[in-house]
Amino acid sequence: MNDWRTTDSNASGPVQTQPEQKTFLDASELVINMGPQHPATHGVLRVILKLDGEKVLGLECVIGYLHRGVEKIAENRTYAMFNPYVDRMDYVAAVSNGLGYCEAVEKLLNTEAPPRAKYIRVILTELNRIASHQLWLGTHALDIGAMTPLFYTFRDREEILKIFEKYCGARLTTHAFRIGGCQYETYAGFEDDVRNFLNFFAPKINEYEELLTTNRIWVRRTKNVGVISGKDCIALGVTGPVLRASGVKWDLRKAQPYAAYKEFDFDIPVGENGDTYDRYLVRMQEMRQSMRIIRQAVDGLPEGPIMAKIPKVLKPPAGEIYHSIEAPKGELGYFIVSDGSTQPYRLRVRPPSFVNLQALDVMCRGQLVADVVAVIGTLDIVLGEVDR
Amino acid sequence: MPEDPKSSEAPNPAPSGEAKPAAPPAKPASAKPAGPVPIPWDSPLSARLKEQFGSGIEPFSYLGQNYFQSEATLVPQLLHLLHDEGQFDYCVDITAVHYPKRERAFDLLWILYSFSRNERVRVKAQFADGAMVPSVVLLWPTANWLEREVFDMFGIHFEGHPDLKRILLPDGWKGYPLRKDYGIYQQDQEWVQINLGIESGQ
Repeated sequence: MNDWRTTDSNASGPVQTQPEQKTFLDASELVINMGPQHPATHGVLRVILKLDGEKVLGLECVIGYLHRGVEKIAENRTYAMFNPYVDRMDYVAAVSNGLGYCEAVEKLLNTEAPPRAKYIRVILTELNRIASHQLWLGTHALDIGAMTPLFYTFRDREEILKIFEKYCGARLTTHAFRIGGCQYETYAGFEDDVRNFLNFFAPKINEYEELLTTNRIWVRRTKNVGVISGKDCIALGVTGPVLRASGVKWDLRKAQPYAAYKEFDFDIPVGENGDTYDRYLVRMQEMRQSMRIIRQAVDGLPEGPIMAKIPKVLKPPAGEIYHSIEAPKGELGYFIVSDGSTQPYRLRVRPPSFVNLQALDVMCRGQLVADVVAVIGTLDIVLGEVDR
Repeated sequence: MPEDPKSSEAPNPAPSGEAKPAAPPAKPASAKPAGPVPIPWDSPLSARLKEQFGSGIEPFSYLGQNYFQSEATLVPQLLHLLHDEGQFDYCVDITAVHYPKRERAFDLLWILYSFSRNERVRVKAQFADGAMVPSVVLLWPTANWLEREVFDMFGIHFEGHPDLKRILLPDGWKGYPLRKDYGIYQQDQEWVQINLGIESGQ
């Protein structure tokens, strides 16, 4: 127990640990270990919990089990060679990772993808956002004890993965985009497949909502659980649906539009209470908004080249660039330093999951131990991205 | 993909395209001349800060992205001002770049964003190896883990950080992997042998 005290320090800013109780027999506090092999941590995350009975007094995350040194690898690969590696960070939203990376390098090259490529990118990225949210919903509900949504979401996610597979041959780590545009033209029937999916999926969201939104157990397990205010979110750098559920209407697709997002009409769903239930509602709405974007993009898909004129050997001029996109989990940024050679001098990934996970401590304090599982689920972290 | 570009497609309004006249086999030296260069950044904010700090900071803009090149000693004050007056309430990222040949070997970078102004700015300063970098945890609590990661990867110490320890690598690990003198195959063999019970991780 003393070990815990000396290492307790996740307390950053808004919340501080309670003063230590120095009694002869200090039996009220209990330190327990959760993970790294625990089904509800969505990977290899270790959480050290300090409990008072059922109540969480504080916790510390131990991460790094999946650390592969992605940033070091980037320094030893050419710009094009590094492209597939980014898919292995947030592996349930590989398309978004690729989009962020390709756009960052394009910015460094001071070029842009042609309009058709941008539209294809938007369609696939938004499909991937839906797939990512589906996987989140299924696993999050399973953690809390609702098993049915998992089967529903995985059944429907399959349709998206089929489109990815037909487009680029891969379902998960897609490597769908290239620096300068897209490698592949859409296959014959691509637009029909996407439209069919939209028609197929629209009623399915209602199906998920019927299962959960007014379900008394679900509401009791999520309402007022893991509450975080918008102010705390900003202080802790939390982005994505978690930030929006706390009432901050901020989405990089609107705030600093990239790809072709400027041309589409969509709303930013926001919550009010910043609890787990609101985050659930926000993500459900986001899936609907993604469908709106996809429909507009498919209907307006322009003709033209899919690849910008870029040299075969990429040597971006020396300089530094930071570019970020709205990944399904939040702001995904790439900071690249080029020294004019074929390899990045330094490549830094700003992962949304890593920064969001830091808020776990603040969100869990005062909650019950069973709620920790709900809060980890609602943060929607992917450990591949946390550890890189 | 086209074999070799005559000029790059530059839909950006920026007049400086990145046209590279040289053929691919040419030496890297030829890649430089046509590249865009940082230009002085002029804005009410930069003018205001320039007035206060004088030659200590230089505001630049590169490809539309703004940053301050600051003296190391001015960093705490500058970040304070940006946080309080500039309304940069969101610290996006803190990271470092290693230049082993330079006297002050590290570039420290703070990437900031202001929600109210929808504006990004970077602060960049050079620090020597072993120098203490001011921690900004009190300004932006998110800096806690970000600074720990910089410490973990570069061995840069942050003064005033509540608990500076490794975050991604194991606590007992020796060496700082993102330094340029740390090889890509390099590992802490001793740690691997003791903790994993194998001869080598490679």
